[in-house]
Amino acid sequence: MSTHAKPEATTRETTIEADPNLPTIRIIRDFDAPREKVFRAWIEPDLVAQWLGPKSTEMRIDEWNARTGGNYRYAALRDGEEVAAFYGSFHEVRPSERLVQTFTWEGMPDGVSLETMTFEDLEDGRTRTIGLSLVDNLEARDAIMASGMEVGVYEGYEKLDALLAQS
Amino acid sequence: MSDDRLSRVFAALADPTRRDIVARLAVGDATVSQLAAPYHVSIQAVSKHLRVLEDAGLVSHGHDAQRRPRHLEAEVFDMMTAWIERYRRQAEERYRRLDAVLASMDDDSGPTITEPTINQGAAS
Repeated sequence: MSTHAKPEATTRETTIEADPNLPTIRIIRDFDAPREKVFRAWIEPDLVAQWLGPKSTEMRIDEWNARTGGNYRYAALRDGEEVAAFYGSFHEVRPSERLVQTFTWEGMPDGVSLETMTFEDLEDGRTRTIGLSLVDNLEARDAIMASGMEVGVYEGYEKLDALLAQS
Repeated sequence: MSDDRLSRVFAALADPTRRDIVARLAVGDATVSQLAAPYHVSIQAVSKHLRVLEDAGLVSHGHDAQRRPRHLEAEVFDMMTAWIERYRRQAEERYRRLDAVLASMDDDSGPTITEPTINQGAAS
């Protein structure tokens, strides 16, 4: 398998679209792997656990039944302690093509989003994933994006802490 | 920027006429009558749109009592861009971990993969 000195030459960076009129977030990303493989990384729990959870946390999968009508629950752990938990159902698992899930953060039990992931074969061994999140209203959508920012800031401080501890 | 402020900004920009007003103010300051000219609407209607944009902090007006030229607060857009960019970067970090997972996976497990045929994905 060849490696690429410049990954950006083969893998496009994530793009985000927040529609001003609809409570949606669209996340588009290309991967340097065929879609069967990308799809597996999305549904096999031992693979999912390696990348899906928030950075700087460990992901503990409590339930994972990746089939149409199945369910899931996982928790994010920091220093072994649960800091957040999420659950939902697999509305549709269409191998290598489409994955539709509901998603709830247990900290906000009335909130639920519908996550539709589409896997497009780019016919050159690469795959484009298009993730569409649909939430209740624009305020909820904006809060989700704003909370992402808080996590980003938090992680930035953590990195700073580590740097300061070294010097 | 607070969540409330962000919601007001998004709500203000949800209207096509207001987006158009913002686009015109991006070129330069303009009075209400100048802004109303290209539309088949009253000055009052444009004033109403401007009030929504002002409440969201997107537009301000000058001190000239007669003309009160409207001015676009461009830094609000810079803040929104920064805010979306941080969310995007978070997603990108997650997907880079997925890149690493994909690189470490065996090619021979899972369903048999043959060479992709032309237009395989065209129907989907």
